[in-house]
Amino acid sequence: MARITGTLTTVNRLGDLERAIMEVLWETDTPLTVREVSVRLTERNLAHTTVMTVLDRLAKKGFAKRQRDGRAWRYCPAATRETYVTELMLTALDQTGDRTAALTRFAQSVSGVEADVLRDALEVIEGNGGGDEESG
Amino acid sequence: MKSLADAALLAALAMGSALGASALLQASWPRRSPAAAILLWQALGLATGLAAVGTLVSLALPGGHIGVVRSLLHLGVFFPGAAFRFPAAFGLVSVLPTVLAAFRLTCLVTGLALLGSLCWVLIAASAAVLQARRRQRVLLALLAHGDPKVPGALVVDYPTAAAYCLPGLRSRIVVLSVGTLELLGRAELAAVLAHERAHLRERHDLVLLPFTALRRAFPRSAMCGEVHRAVALLVEMLADDRALRGRPTRELVSALVRFGMAGTCPTPAGALAAGQGDMAARVARLLQPVRPLPAAASAAVCLSAGLLVAATVALLIV
Repeated sequence: MARITGTLTTVNRLGDLERAIMEVLWETDTPLTVREVSVRLTERNLAHTTVMTVLDRLAKKGFAKRQRDGRAWRYCPAATRETYVTELMLTALDQTGDRTAALTRFAQSVSGVEADVLRDALEVIEGNGGGDEESG
Repeated sequence: MKSLADAALLAALAMGSALGASALLQASWPRRSPAAAILLWQALGLATGLAAVGTLVSLALPGGHIGVVRSLLHLGVFFPGAAFRFPAAFGLVSVLPTVLAAFRLTCLVTGLALLGSLCWVLIAASAAVLQARRRQRVLLALLAHGDPKVPGALVVDYPTAAAYCLPGLRSRIVVLSVGTLELLGRAELAAVLAHERAHLRERHDLVLLPFTALRRAFPRSAMCGEVHRAVALLVEMLADDRALRGRPTRELVSALVRFGMAGTCPTPAGALAAGQGDMAARVARLLQPVRPLPAAASAAVCLSAGLLVAATVALLIV
């Protein structure tokens, strides 16, 4: 996600906008029109069409749902932020049940005897290592 | 007669490789030199697959003086005119009994089906992995943020400890949960980052992919499950070793231990059992460091891995 200073590429700019607009949708309980979204976006002076384009993209990607309200569209999130976070993490923790193992993770949680072994190990480490860099 | 001799040799290679794999599962030296052991695992896997396919195909071919691959091309299966040469080759118009012809045809079809399914399994697993990673990137773009405690990594607001990496050609991302940031101190976080970056730098995901594919293809095969787990553990140990460079062992161990004991997320049945004992094995290995294999032994392992693959390929081609 490192952003190159100076020239923002179009992709990055659209990505940032998608994110900012999703934040707005997640923070609001009712479906919003394009104009209402524009107003809620902080420190941005964006063209109406730009916001409309991004909302349209979000709807196509399945992150936003839209419904007719007279002559305008109203947008709301397709799912809560927490739902997406959970989806992200379940895949990461290999708990989707499909055994794809798309990602390798640092460590897995343990239980029973193995947890006792780890607890002993922690005591050993903290016993003879000193606490100079301990934190958390 | 050469093809029969080939078949016998290839069958011996396939059996030998499979036996070698069982022996390697039991061996204790791999954790002394994970990299060499991983290379041997790859060679054993490749040799078993190729030799099994080669055995079946060479049983199907008429006796000649050329290798399986060339005989197969010669057979004209893939070339025009096959209709004329095919029956002759299978002895349908010669003195060979029909039973033998049927046997050869069965072997040929089974061999090619095996080859096809092995390739397909690998492609399907790659596609699934790529798709999962693409979805991760899309979601991370909407959800993740940076944090000064972990420069260069992405942080997701999730209470449970989680740390993983997203490999790729264009972007390599380390992802941590907020739970991880709360659980670990700065030095421990640095150890986690070093571990994950070793995975990314050395593309451990590619090492694991064929073994994941086999496990997916044969979900009921205990052997495939055990081999996958063994290689996955070796890959973690390799990354642990890399993370230790220029860093006290204590930081990595305490990160591992805190992480292992912090898990509180709901786990579907079977998910935990998959890696039971692996965390303890990693921690024990760090606390009581084992000497790496002597250079000569390590070289011998790599050499045998190379020879095994070379011998299999040679039998198929020459």
